[in-house]
Amino acid sequence: MSSNFWSMGGYARYVWPCFAFAGAVLGWNLWSARRLLVAAKLKARRALAMATALAGNESR
Amino acid sequence: MWTWFYKLASPPYVYGVAAAFAPWLLGVAAIALCYGLVAGLAIAPLDYQQGDAFRMIYVHVPSALLSLTVYTVMAAASAVALIWRIKVGHAVAAASAPIGASFTLAALVTGSLWGRPMWGTYWAWDPRLTSELILLFLYVGVMSLRSAFEDPARGDRAAALLAIVGVVNVPIVHFSVVWWNSLHQGATVVRLGAPRMPGSMLWPLLVMWLGFMFFYGAVLCTRLQGELLNRERQAAWVREAIKS
Repeated sequence: MSSNFWSMGGYARYVWPCFAFAGAVLGWNLWSARRLLVAAKLKARRALAMATALAGNESR
Repeated sequence: MWTWFYKLASPPYVYGVAAAFAPWLLGVAAIALCYGLVAGLAIAPLDYQQGDAFRMIYVHVPSALLSLTVYTVMAAASAVALIWRIKVGHAVAAASAPIGASFTLAALVTGSLWGRPMWGTYWAWDPRLTSELILLFLYVGVMSLRSAFEDPARGDRAAALLAIVGVVNVPIVHFSVVWWNSLHQGATVVRLGAPRMPGSMLWPLLVMWLGFMFFYGAVLCTRLQGELLNRERQAAWVREAIKS
């Protein structure tokens, strides 16, 4: 890559942070969505396990 | 004819559709974003006035368009939820709010970085910038209101009302550059008539915009699955869904 590309015609200190921030927002969205889904599955599994345990106790 | 609409009211059906679509949408988004990024940064010609600084358009405009699109989706889902009492509507609105807020912040920050070399300032109380900032406050308000109630159903209804009332800001953001004197340039792409950009600069922008839209679809599908699981934890279909 030529240094001309990286210098962005003298606007590098605006162009690259701009793209970096947009990339960070895309990355945060992916990460937080995955985290929400994994946490929700975990909570649902715990609720299911608790319900199964309670049903087992009541049947005894 | 309305069968598809009724199916969208069913949480297990929507969960299944979202789970099936999410990876495909993300794949298309990744391809479009990579292609648009290379084309925007390396292939598109220089702007004769702004030089390379104009390349910030390739993340700023898609972020700004997405901030308005997501709010419109959120308000429409809220209206559907309130009018037809469809719970999935509240879940779509709740899943959309953080995505929209993050892209509104991206539009403000990338616009600010573009404004410094072009206008000589990072921020001005300009109609477009101010109305976009109000949009961010609306997103934050909707999210805060939803979590402010102990009863989630009341939180959903309050947030839905605010989302619907706040949608009046969407045309204000879009037409602010027409209705008032503004530092911000007029509409370039989304306008009546042909876009004001040459094709060599326009097509990477359209590809990036498509990439952002597909990315929103992918993230919405993933968040929606989480929202539905959290809201329907005790339902029988959730047991089947988490087993698979």
